[in-house]
Order: sequence, then C-alpha cells, then structure tokens
Amino acid sequence: MEAFTTHTGIGVPLRQSNVDTDQIIPAVYLKRITRTGFEDALFAAWRKDESFILNQAPFNAGSVLVAGPDFGTGSSREHAVWALKDYGFKAVLSSRFADIFRGNSGKQGLLAAQVAQDDIELIWKVLENHPGTEVKVDLVSKTVECGNIVAPFDIDDYTRWRLLEGLDDIGLTLQHEEDITAYEATRPSFKPKTLPAKVDAG
Amino acid sequence: MGKTLAEKVWDAHVVRKGEGEGANAQPDLLFIDLHLVHEVTSPQAFEGLRLAGRPLRRVDLTIATEDHNTPTLDIDKPIADLTSRTQIETLRANCREFGVRLHSLGDKEQGIVHVVGPQLGLTQPGMTVVCGDSHTSTHGAFGALAMGIGTSEVEHVMATQTLSLKPFKTMAINVEGTLRPGVTAKDIILAVIAKIGTGGGQGYVLEYRGSAIRALSMDARMTICNMSIEAGARAGMVAPDQTTYDYMEGRPHAPEGADWDAAVEYWNTLHTDADATFDVEVDLDADTLEPFVTWGTNPGQGVSLSSKVPSPEDFGDENAKAAAERALQYMGLEAGTPMKDIRVDTVFLGSCTNSRIEDLRVAADIIRGREKDPKVRMLVVPGSARVRLEAEAEGLDKVFKEFGAEWRFAGCSMCLGMNPDQLEPGERCASTSNRNFEGRQGKGGRTHLVSPVVAAATAVRGTLSSPSDLESAAAGTLTGIAV
Repeated sequence: MEAFTTHTGIGVPLRQSNVDTDQIIPAVYLKRITRTGFEDALFAAWRKDESFILNQAPFNAGSVLVAGPDFGTGSSREHAVWALKDYGFKAVLSSRFADIFRGNSGKQGLLAAQVAQDDIELIWKVLENHPGTEVKVDLVSKTVECGNIVAPFDIDDYTRWRLLEGLDDIGLTLQHEEDITAYEATRPSFKPKTLPAKVDAG
Repeated sequence: MGKTLAEKVWDAHVVRKGEGEGANAQPDLLFIDLHLVHEVTSPQAFEGLRLAGRPLRRVDLTIATEDHNTPTLDIDKPIADLTSRTQIETLRANCREFGVRLHSLGDKEQGIVHVVGPQLGLTQPGMTVVCGDSHTSTHGAFGALAMGIGTSEVEHVMATQTLSLKPFKTMAINVEGTLRPGVTAKDIILAVIAKIGTGGGQGYVLEYRGSAIRALSMDARMTICNMSIEAGARAGMVAPDQTTYDYMEGRPHAPEGADWDAAVEYWNTLHTDADATFDVEVDLDADTLEPFVTWGTNPGQGVSLSSKVPSPEDFGDENAKAAAERALQYMGLEAGTPMKDIRVDTVFLGSCTNSRIEDLRVAADIIRGREKDPKVRMLVVPGSARVRLEAEAEGLDKVFKEFGAEWRFAGCSMCLGMNPDQLEPGERCASTSNRNFEGRQGKGGRTHLVSPVVAAATAVRGTLSSPSDLESAAAGTLTGIAV
C-alpha cells in the first residue's frame, strides 16, 4: 500500500446523507474479477444525470469528496473503495462512516476522515460558492483545510499509523504466526470443520 | 464484573491482544472459526494470495457457494451473461487450485451462503464467522460473532485465518411481549432500524434479547440478525438456548456423541451475565408492534403498514428532510398517501433475509386457496437448493404455482439483481429482501421492504396489505352473500 501523509486537491461537495455502496458502485459492476478499472462504475446511475456534481467542471477533476452523514452504508463491497480510488479520489470527508466501508478504505489507502457535521456544512458552502477550491487533508496533524476553514478530523490511531507507513496488513499479522499456531492447538474438538464434507443423505 | 455474550465470544478468540489501552489501543488479532466464500468478493483475494505466493491457511475452515450471480431459471444451461459466467468459473478454478470445498450450481447444497452455513450445521454458537458479504450478521442468530468483511480482509483471513479488529461497543435490543398474529421477526427488525436509524448501530454489536426474541424460531432469529447491518451494526447476536440446540442436533456438521455434550456444556455459558452492562440499551414493545413496511430508499425509512407516507416536514433534521424529499421523488410517492393504497407490480419472496423454509411455509399458508391479483407478478426464490427440495416435499411449490407465482431455483436473485431477475425502471416491488436502496433491484426499480406474510397478502390484493386485510375482505364477501 502507498503511504499517505498529506493530499491537496479539488473538493467535491456531495450534499447527501446515507450514500450507500449500491450508489457508489451498482451491483452490475461487481461481476469483474480484477481489482482495478472501476472508474467508469463510480456513481454510475447518478452520473447519467447531467446535473450530477461529477459531471460538472471543475468538480469532475476532484480528489477530495465531502459527503453527508452515514457514507458507505450497506454492502461490504470493497469495489466501492476501488471505484473511488480509480476515479481519482484520495480522501472522503463525512461526519459518519459505515464500519465496513471505513475498514475497507483503510486497507486500500483511501483516507476516510471523520469531520464534524458543522464543519462539513462550512466546507460545503466554500466549495459551492467557489468551485474548484482545493481541500488539504493532513494525516500527520489530523486536520483539513479549505479556504479559511481549518477543522480537525478523527481517524483511529492504528489505521492512521498503517496509512502513514503504507504497511501491508497480512505481512504484519504473519509476524505473529507462532501465536496463531499456538491458538490453533487449543481449539476444542467439537468445533466444526468443512472438510471432509458431510451432507444430508436426502 | 460480568461479560456480555459478545465479549465472551470475542475473548475466546483472541490470538494476540493489541498493545495499549482505550482509544490508542492496537486492534486484537482474532481467530476465525469459519470463512464463507462466494464468487463476487473472492476473485481479487485469491489473486492476491497467488501473487504473494501464499497458501490458504485453513481450507478445512473454509467453504464456498455460488449465489449472487446464479440464474434462477435454466440452471442446467451455461450462464448466458458472460461476465457472470466468468466470475462463477473463476470461483470454480480458484477453489480447485486452493482446495476449497465448493457447492456449485446444480449441487443439492448450493444456495445463498447465509442459508447454506446454518443448514449444514457449520454455523454454531460461540464461533467467529466471516464472509465477504455484509449479511454475514445472519449467523449471529446462533450466538456466533459473525460479520461481513471487505475483499482485503477476505484475503487476510485466507492467508492467516485471523482478523485484526478493535473491540466493538455493545448494544442491547430488548424486545419484550408477544407478537400479534401477522406480525413477524421482519417487523421487529424494520421497527428497530426505524427507531435507531441506519447509522445507529455503527461501532456496536447488537444483542437481541427479551421474551419476544426467546419465543422466535431459528429461521426468525436469522431474519433479525441478518438486518443488523441495515442499522449500521456489523454484527447482531441472540444467545443460544434449547431452540438453537434443537435446530442444530443431527445436522451434517453438528457435533456428535461426547463432542455434542461438551459443546452444549460450553454453549450453555454463552449468555450475557446478570451483572454485565451494555454501552447502550434500546427497548421495543412487541405487544403493540404492527406489520412494518418501508416507504423510502433506505431501510430506516419505514412505518407501520396501517399508517401513511410521511411528509419531509415531519423530519426535524435538515439532512433527514432532504433525504425524505429525494426518496419520495425516487419512489414516486406523495406524502399522506395511505401505505395500503400503494399498488405494486411485483412481489419478491426470497433473499438471505427471508427465503428459508418457514418463510415459504407462512407465505404459502396465506395464498393457499386464494387468487393472485392478475396484474402482479410474484417470484418465489428459495434460499438454497435444499430449501427448495424441502418445500417441494411439502407440496409448497404446487401452492405457489397454482396461485400463479413463479417457482425458481436458489440464489440471491432479485435482492440485488446481479442475475437476470431485475425490476424495470419505475417498477414497484414488495420485497422480503433487506435493502430498498435506489436501483438495488434493478435500475429505477422501487422497493418496499416487507415480511413474507405481507408479501403474500400483497400478491393477493395487489396493494400493500397485511394478512388481516384478507380476513376482513373475506368476511365482507360472506356478509354480502348473507344479505
């Protein structure tokens, strides 16, 4: 994973709450077996509407999405994160993220920054009144800057550390493989195994 | 101080405790007892293993099925949609390469991953269960800690059989009382989501408690836990009891003999201690609950079936008001319209929420001997091939077919329309599934989430209806004859 320290880019105000992952990427695009190439799938249904924000310059070149509360609800599809990244987004700002989306973002180097709704409202106004304004997201100081606004954001320390260092999760865990093996030796015999397969005779 | 059920299961799976305390604590490393796999969220994870040259650590704790893309007609023919076919074939090749047990289309154990696990007896109390699917919360009905994960985590579990997680907060959902006839588990969970909101459960594990929950069957408990994610909670749980053990005993992978006794002894400890405390408690009165339906485009936008479509003005919060306005426009509804006046085009009985044998039985009981509204199409999609066989052995397929419903093969089907089962733009559907998001069941489709009995009654009348509406209609007819 690429390390993340700061990013500055055009802010995109998405004045909507409950942006679910079916909106971020409709299910029809989940049939692909690759991890990249989802840029066309991002907000596919909404982008058919010419007035949608990503169809307007300069927002179509945006890289910091500023959304309403409860962003990323619904399905666990990591494709939602891949689509945002492939389009060019580096960070999403919202006052509340769905747990799975937040986790997926952290694994993929997309910064999910939790910003108070009052600050989101102020940033929206700046971005709407002055389209093209850049937003600076600083993971070191945990702040966002937009125009005259400087606001703190929340992110858990562990995800922050991993993002700053660009660390691979599996590699980190496998450093503790001895602990896993030791745990496995203590599991009771009544716990089920999928192999050998047992099925009903009927 | 005592522990909650969720804390007990968590603590029993800690491979390595995260360093530090409180907000600065590193995550715990948890062992995963069962990893369920399907075709949509796994190909990139298998590819990741392959690229890194890593084996799949515990194939004996992993099982795969085909469900999201599978057609529900002509399953003996090649899948017509090429990208769907490629994804299914990729799963088959990956399972062969890594040695993962797979139940393919046409197999008696194929079906929706969350129906298959419990029915094989692989889902058991006190386990940790994960799957690259947010409705993994379903398995919490057994007192398991079960949650949906993203594809990076799928790869992590494949490589290490563990997950790095920070402890959740705990929320008790206390449902006391007795459900009235025609009111079901689906109505409980829709009412819970309307009460706490789609974000209310974020960061929590929910534990469903109280006399109304204890009285529910396993199929019904699974319906409730299934939709925990719709309230924002990654997991929902019900403490195991005799109902759980009766369901499990004799299933293919349930423990046997001395193992069964040892398991039950352990399972009996899996309840929240009397002196344990939850971070939050929410109460719901089962006695007064009515059938619940959604009017909007998220599962929290629901009301009692006997009430009216709300007005955006009913919401104090500006975001909720704007969301309601947008939802009404998308749904083609006017504020103030009685929910029961809403006419539907389609009824979908299926999905990991409501496609088990009991769901089919209660729906069949309602339509038996009645006629379907001729303008309504009804799709019945059993959750698994085994549920379909069981239903056919009971003659339920005949009941549905005589009624005029389509009797299909197992899969996720119209819940998310990754296969050909989709709504047309503007088409309105009463659906027993779990998400009424814009375009979820097909581009431009309009979804009302309902219970199986409301789905069945709606198919008879053509408008959103409860079973009691059928009784009063029948009574009216009889009075007419008498006069």
